[in-house]
Amino acid sequence: MAFSDTDVLTVYAPDYFASEWGPGPSIEAAFEKECDCDLQFETGDVLARIILEGSRTYADVVIGLNTDVTKKARETDLFAPHGQDYSKLTLPINWTDDVFLPFNYSHTAFIYNAEKLSNAPASFEELVSSKEKFSLVIQDPRSSISGLALILWIKAVYGDRAESAWEKLAPKILTVTRGWSESYGLFTEGEADMVLSYTTSPAYHIVAEGDRTKKALIFPEGHYLMMELAAKLEGTDNPELADDFLAFILTDTFQNLIPTGNWSLPAALPKSEWPKDFKELPLPSKVLFYSEDEAASLRDEAIEEWRRALSK
Amino acid sequence: MAPRSIQITACIAVSAFVFLPIIFVWREATHSTSFGSPEWSALRFTIKQAFFSAFLSVILAVPLARALARTEFRGRNLVVMLLGAPFILPVIVAVLGLIAVFGQNGVLNGILMFLGLGKISIYGFQGVLLAHVFFNLPLATRMLLFGWQSLPNERIRLGQSLGFGAWPRFRFIEFPMLCKIAPSAFAIIFVICLSSFAVALTLGGGPKSTTIELAIYQAIRFDFDFAAAALLGLMQLTLSMTAALTALSFAQNDVMGLGLDRPFVAVSRCLGESMLDFVVILFFVGFLFLPLLLLLVQGASGIWDLPGSVWSAALRSILIALGATGICLVVALPLATRVGELVATLGIAVSPLVLGTGLFLIVRPYVNPFDIAVIVTLCVNALMSLPFVLRILRPEVETTQRNFANLSEALRLGPWAKLRWVLLPRLKRPIGFAAGLTAALSMGDLGVIALFGVAEKATLPLKLYQLMGSYRMDEAASAAILLLCISVGLFWIFEKWGQWYA
Repeated sequence: MAFSDTDVLTVYAPDYFASEWGPGPSIEAAFEKECDCDLQFETGDVLARIILEGSRTYADVVIGLNTDVTKKARETDLFAPHGQDYSKLTLPINWTDDVFLPFNYSHTAFIYNAEKLSNAPASFEELVSSKEKFSLVIQDPRSSISGLALILWIKAVYGDRAESAWEKLAPKILTVTRGWSESYGLFTEGEADMVLSYTTSPAYHIVAEGDRTKKALIFPEGHYLMMELAAKLEGTDNPELADDFLAFILTDTFQNLIPTGNWSLPAALPKSEWPKDFKELPLPSKVLFYSEDEAASLRDEAIEEWRRALSK
Repeated sequence: MAPRSIQITACIAVSAFVFLPIIFVWREATHSTSFGSPEWSALRFTIKQAFFSAFLSVILAVPLARALARTEFRGRNLVVMLLGAPFILPVIVAVLGLIAVFGQNGVLNGILMFLGLGKISIYGFQGVLLAHVFFNLPLATRMLLFGWQSLPNERIRLGQSLGFGAWPRFRFIEFPMLCKIAPSAFAIIFVICLSSFAVALTLGGGPKSTTIELAIYQAIRFDFDFAAAALLGLMQLTLSMTAALTALSFAQNDVMGLGLDRPFVAVSRCLGESMLDFVVILFFVGFLFLPLLLLLVQGASGIWDLPGSVWSAALRSILIALGATGICLVVALPLATRVGELVATLGIAVSPLVLGTGLFLIVRPYVNPFDIAVIVTLCVNALMSLPFVLRILRPEVETTQRNFANLSEALRLGPWAKLRWVLLPRLKRPIGFAAGLTAALSMGDLGVIALFGVAEKATLPLKLYQLMGSYRMDEAASAAILLLCISVGLFWIFEKWGQWYA
């Protein structure tokens, strides 16, 4: 328990991050041990809240932004450079953003149950044009970040042919849900063969449930990268503490809490130091990623292609 | 009933609580907005699904309510009480329950496969309707059941002494009652379905089933386009209020005529009619309870293993539900007039997302929204239950006032004395029902307060989502059962209280 005369660092975080089943509580405890301060998570809709609060925000730091909102976040001019050393990052791409600091990553992937599906497709093209009656559950790109990542993924793989890929995929799509939880719930109920999720999802089943039947389809065409980021507020009244926290994000202490805390890959920890089950996860050799400007210019068109193809 | 000044104050307070947030969201807009073809098709789909969902729910509720009103059997009260359950379930839980029955691997498809028949698919427009009927048929049934119970015994006896069979009884006694009650039931369900979003999308099978509420969600959480959000929210509100006004003009006066305030007597039916009633009840009970039963089987065993934090969230949710119930009833009593009921409809006509965002903008300059999340949840839950509470209370209030007007005048009872000695004792049953419904609804509500943040003060539905969000689907299933049991329990306690020597 922190004392009232210690400094308070207010960190805005998404609900799943700060919940008792997310990495938040252990990160809070580890940081408070070092900083002689009181770290307080305020949860909710992070960026929407920052935008509405403007310069009067209570936040010193935000954590849990996604790569697809960095452009909107940057345009608010509310964030300050993080001042951290990029060279510690172990991401599969070169990241040199001086405002948004990644702390973990994963890739979009379709998860299937290897016990139930024996003829799993070996490539994206095979999934798209297969005559098999696979059934998929995906998320809506208009309400879910993973759904948005999927349409960018298909755009990256198929380019101008994305709409026809969606048309071929459409009969295999059982349904589209608002968010990831609903999709994953349908999948674990056995409702669909595959669900749009992340390459790191099987790790949860292996580590927490001892279940090795849930696997990610790894496609040679590549997988879309998803990162979560942290940033410091320009107007923070605790700039030093905020800097300390950003530096803490890149330490081994923090990074070691990520794999089994957030079920994703640490952004600044070499693979040799990952937990065994994460080291053994099949991961894609090719990674696809659009910069925020590219993604922003493609987004509306890609959503409209998706909508047209699936509305037929 | 209450002095006029209090009635007016209540109307103004409720309207302000709904309209001010929309205005604040609108003021936040930095640019103007216009609708393209996706928005118009979302509007068309929203109206279409709401219309058919409401129509089917009310039509199907007629035989069920009629059968329930006329049949005495063991466990009847339990069935009637449990009817409320689908309505108060969190959306995602109900969808999983429906899928256990109607999904690709569901019970129904299992039976069809066994019989060598083809599979049916729940995904599509039929799925949207199925889910909305599942949620709202119970509500429609309860409302119609009240209609049957409010038929004055004198009329039924008169019918019997005239030798009415089934058809004339329906034509001259029941049908006029339905004409007054059914339009309001239709309107209220239509309005509920207008703001459907996750259900319509998930069971609708894709972007064909896009509703206005999804567009609002996208505008607020992804595009930060507050002009679009406010405009869409206003559009949804206008649609809802048009529906409510239309319904009210149908039901000019839903008081059933003077009776002598005596309990219901069963009508005599021939054997065929009794059998038919029995089959109707059995069919609908199966439809409504099978999904819940499957959820129960799945989740019940894990309840005792849920972590302490889920139990403390449950306790917090119960307190919030009780608080919301108190606020709701206090506001509802002075609103028990035609205008009041219309104003109360605003509570479900307003988009929860726009309301939450607007409230955030209103309080933000003065307090940290984080600190008042619980109070806001209380008020919003109370607001969202108001329309249901008034639908239950108003006809009873008006009947009682009409029946006792001469008496009250003879005794020169003032408004408060009238409330204390005439209204409250006679309103105990509907108040119990209304309180039970509000408490149960508040339990299951996820809250509109995504911006306020409640992680440390999480409610039970939020805990459920946190569990799902961190892959813990089995524990989420158990939390759902806990939620269901508490909701039904609260409902049961209040309703029992209402029936106590009433």
